[in-house]
Amino acid sequence: MSETMTDSPILETRSLGKRFSIGTRFSAEGKRTVHAVDNVSLTVRRGETVGLVGESGCGKSTLARCLVRLYEITDGELLFEGEDITSKSLSELRPLRRRLQMVFQDPSASLNPRRRVGDLVAEPLRIHGKLSSREITTRVAELFDLVGLLPDHVMRYPHEFSGGQRQRVGIARAIALNPDLVVLDEPVSALDVSVQAQIVNLLADLQEKLNLTYIFIAHDLSVVRQVSTRIAVMYLGSIVEEGPAEEVFAAPAHPYSQALISAVPVVETTPSGTRKRIILTGDVPSPLKPPSGCRFHPRCPIAVERCRTERPELREYRPGRKVACHFPTV
Amino acid sequence: MILSVRDLKVSFRTNDGLVRAIDGVSFDLEESEILGVVGESGSGKTVSLLAVMGLITDPNASIEGSIRYKGRELVGLPARELRRLRGNEIAMIFQDPMTALTPVYTIGWQIAEQIRAHQNISKAKAMERVEELLAEVNFPNPHEAMSRYPHQLSGGMRQRAVIAMALSCNPALLVADEPTTALDVTVQAGILDLVRKLRATHKSAVVFITHDMGVVSELADRVMVMYAGRVVERGSRMELFSAPQHPYTRALLGSIPPLTGEKPRRLPAIPGSPPSLLRLPQGCAFGPRCPVHYEPCVTGKPGLGGGTHAAACFRVAQA
Repeated sequence: MSETMTDSPILETRSLGKRFSIGTRFSAEGKRTVHAVDNVSLTVRRGETVGLVGESGCGKSTLARCLVRLYEITDGELLFEGEDITSKSLSELRPLRRRLQMVFQDPSASLNPRRRVGDLVAEPLRIHGKLSSREITTRVAELFDLVGLLPDHVMRYPHEFSGGQRQRVGIARAIALNPDLVVLDEPVSALDVSVQAQIVNLLADLQEKLNLTYIFIAHDLSVVRQVSTRIAVMYLGSIVEEGPAEEVFAAPAHPYSQALISAVPVVETTPSGTRKRIILTGDVPSPLKPPSGCRFHPRCPIAVERCRTERPELREYRPGRKVACHFPTV
Repeated sequence: MILSVRDLKVSFRTNDGLVRAIDGVSFDLEESEILGVVGESGSGKTVSLLAVMGLITDPNASIEGSIRYKGRELVGLPARELRRLRGNEIAMIFQDPMTALTPVYTIGWQIAEQIRAHQNISKAKAMERVEELLAEVNFPNPHEAMSRYPHQLSGGMRQRAVIAMALSCNPALLVADEPTTALDVTVQAGILDLVRKLRATHKSAVVFITHDMGVVSELADRVMVMYAGRVVERGSRMELFSAPQHPYTRALLGSIPPLTGEKPRRLPAIPGSPPSLLRLPQGCAFGPRCPVHYEPCVTGKPGLGGGTHAAACFRVAQA
């Protein structure tokens, strides 16, 4: 991985935001705005894997969809290889689509049940490529081999596969056009535990072979740590901590990251209760009514008056490590 | 002894043939003990507990074996008798709290109804009890929460409400089927704490079904690992996690990425996927995926030996 990684950013966001309007002026609370993603500045370098973690509703999937322009971006800028693609029209985006791909959580929901999987993998090649049908057949066979499916699988339908194999099909389709960046939204969450490791390994192999850049979302933190070079922890639409995956897991600086990581149940052979755990009180506040100041302060164990009024900026306190907290553990 | 299950077999007749969902499961449960049942989808962990609850009503199902609750045989018990036990002495929590809650009544109303179905007390008394229960499961404002509808609560709070409901009659046995799977880790940690606390205060025995080895290791006293309808290994938490015997248990534990220390370059993955219950291999069901399988595994089904820590594997029996 390290030999292919360079410092040139492939994707960059500058104060990116996504607002959704909900309700109408006739609904009880009137028309309201949700800041699903708020002021996110993130740099993704070629060849690395950036893991996005956070609780459900923290905006990680919304951010991922903004990054591949599946959602219209409402604030800030999105740059792909230095070029501003924030407000490019759909036709202008078309050549870029080839290079930005996405893999979804539920492989059965993203595969048309009435079409043969070979056909499904060939579809992007037909739309974007200028290949003859014979070349397409060869390429599909090549892709099947790459993701560990058998050549005669091309004639099968999605329901004839297990969950892990279906996800392999989804991955084959995403890499069909030799993309540069693949956004993986919970790619292993719907799979059986014994199959997850296979897919995690496959993704690592493909990254190495094809020089891919990944943005990886999963709620299983140990999986995120395994695949990611860097991680960004999100809370209520914003990044609260960012840094190299192993460093952040070993020594989280933000109180929220600390609570999140300490809450992961791990297999222990010592008597229970030896691992220190921070249990957060309350739930994630509604993004419709975000708290004042630091958005984490109502649940934060170390919050003081200042946190209620002043919102901390995400700042680099050490090369590569960023945190948005007035009192980070550094 | 709260629960004693012997050689339980559950099969379903389907158009494609007989599905042996459970094939000879036996286990015991003592008072205030937490038994963790681990397995993947299709391993039979849920079906075995549905059988215990008498909730398999499919006319195409056949249930064999014995399920004794406090010495009383539950298999073949009339539905009316079972209903008296269920909710009162045996309670269950499901993965999705909305399967146990109706959207059209308040939380308080629903829990009170449950209490009044089993106990002869006034509505006002039941409501008082509801408030106590909600406080016990850590609702920040129990009185106010009583008048809330399920959709006004978060997923974690709904699951707490269902737990309060399950506890309302002081059950001797609580069955929890993946109660934290749909929740965030931060919320899960709170629920696991709650289950631990309740075991201590209510002295309930708990059967906790999950696919997450980490959850089991944090919560359970004893663990049972299931694969394709059979128990492949059982033992105390310490025995099972410090010295796993069955190749499946070992492989499953090995394939979990570590949360600390050095990252392995590749994860030790288990090849293939769990077998279809319609087409189980003749011998050991894990055989085709097993790194150490040999001739006996192809034809014979290994049995689970006696003792507290046991694994259903010919290799282990041989060693």
